[in-house]
Amino acid sequence: MTLLENQSAAIPAPREITTKPRLSDQIFRAIVTLGGMASLVILGLIALFLSLKGFHILTEEKFSFITESRWEVITGDTGNIEESNLGIGAMLVGTFLSALIAISVGVPIAVLSALYLTFYARGSAKKILISLIDLMAAFPSLLYGFWGFFVFMASAEYWAKLLNKYLGFVPFFDVPAPIFERSPFIAGLVLAIMIIPITTSISREIFDQTPLDRVQAAYALGASKLSMIRAVVIPYGRGGVIGGAMLGLGRAMGETVAVYTVLNIVYQINWQVLFGAGGNVASLILLKFGEAGPYEVDALMAAGLILFILTLLVNALADVLINRFGKKGR
Amino acid sequence: MQTTTPSSLASVANNRDQRVPGTNLLGTGLETRGVHAWFGKKHVLSDVSLDFAAGTVTALIGPSGCGKSTYLRTLNRMHEFIPTAALAGEVLLDGQDIYAPGTDVTKIRLKVGMVFQKPNPFPSMTIGENVLSGLKLAQLKKSNTDDLLESCLMRAGLWSEVKDRLGEHGGSLSGGQQQRLCIARALAVQPQVLLMDEPCSALDPGSTFRIEETISELAKSMTIVIVTHNMQQAARVSDYTAFFLSDGGPGVMVETAPTSRIFSAPVDKRTEDYVTGRFG
Repeated sequence: MTLLENQSAAIPAPREITTKPRLSDQIFRAIVTLGGMASLVILGLIALFLSLKGFHILTEEKFSFITESRWEVITGDTGNIEESNLGIGAMLVGTFLSALIAISVGVPIAVLSALYLTFYARGSAKKILISLIDLMAAFPSLLYGFWGFFVFMASAEYWAKLLNKYLGFVPFFDVPAPIFERSPFIAGLVLAIMIIPITTSISREIFDQTPLDRVQAAYALGASKLSMIRAVVIPYGRGGVIGGAMLGLGRAMGETVAVYTVLNIVYQINWQVLFGAGGNVASLILLKFGEAGPYEVDALMAAGLILFILTLLVNALADVLINRFGKKGR
Repeated sequence: MQTTTPSSLASVANNRDQRVPGTNLLGTGLETRGVHAWFGKKHVLSDVSLDFAAGTVTALIGPSGCGKSTYLRTLNRMHEFIPTAALAGEVLLDGQDIYAPGTDVTKIRLKVGMVFQKPNPFPSMTIGENVLSGLKLAQLKKSNTDDLLESCLMRAGLWSEVKDRLGEHGGSLSGGQQQRLCIARALAVQPQVLLMDEPCSALDPGSTFRIEETISELAKSMTIVIVTHNMQQAARVSDYTAFFLSDGGPGVMVETAPTSRIFSAPVDKRTEDYVTGRFG
């Protein structure tokens, strides 16, 4: 036997490494698993319920359900459905537009607020502001809707007119008729105000956790506060900010009452954000649910299913973004 | 702690190259006059007056909690980052009080650099970007950054190990390499004074040796103040040593002298007890 063979013979197979868990550990593990699975099971059941109720609508209305913008059901004398034209195209566009406006206005303000609260606010002002923002995150959305409708609309309408006047050559800011009330723009701004607290709260938490040794390293190199924030805090907090923004986006996309209160629901695809027509999927469901017949209810479930899938896609996108950009600074 | 005779440490101190203050043109160095420090109501440092002559290495030694790190952090105004921190006395850099009203603190920290106990490279930056990060942070313009990058890494004793991997992230280096990267980063903004807060306490003996070599090399062109728990290290690298002690109250500077004398013939009984390993 050569030395080499001898050596390889001496290397044993890896052992299986196990441990005998204590009873208390086993019980706790079972409880935790139960809790963890419960949310997954409930989510699955909701998806299943929406699919069961809504799927036949999707097969009957086919692709036009998401491209068309009509909501007509003609029932005969016996209550049977003679003709139906159902499509949520306008509502999908409205969902997308108002959420986009909410994110692009809300997230920058939220990030600035979070930076202010973490690095500039001091003492009792800081404490009061933080608890106010957390309180705002828990406000019922109806109140935002009311405030948007009765108080905010007039100013927002003025801004919309300004935008239209100076940027009207951009198709996005053009209007077919000078109606600026109850537009996706205004709904988006109300949504922006709604998502600022949650996004601020999450961003602040993550900025607060910036490792002190990196902050000190930057200051010791002669950094100003601004350059320290840019070099250390933003790279570290980027993933958390994206996560907070996506939570805000989820809330904006699914928001029902605030949009229903502010927005003028019209079945017409409208990309002109300043024009007073639109709607989103959730507010359509709220609008139609009370008066809907069985077939329409199923159609609303199908709309819900599409919103559900859309929300899942947004969250998946958030995960991709966090993995792509968030981990780098950690 | 291992008991060491003062004479053995003194011979270590005597066997190194001796630097004499005032033999080079590096400004007038750093002086402190009657520095006191508080955290909230707690008085942690009392009446420390010390001179750091330009182009010398001074070691601050003493048991934990004696205020030596706090004192070090008053020298580049990092002390004020602790929200309740307060200070009295003067710290003079080239004769100017760095705490004078109207002082731009970022300019002070450019002149008085710092290396921390735990290596803290910026993880979002590459090795090269880390070295040059000070230029960006302090918004300094520099035309030939490649030369600067190479010379800083050379002086920190890291160039040969990283010259082919400057695009990798700082976190991919070993602890000792990370600490030398932090030294290179501090050098890039060309400080007059370099403060080192136990720079080797998290490192293995090999890395410690490399860093001590680096310190000796750097002392030719700048003033260095190093806090260390390791008296061998103080004897190996420093020209002067200051002994700090707290008897439960605020920390005081008991004695300062050329390093060889601190270890051979300390004046104060407490210094002698400490350097011979009787306590601490």
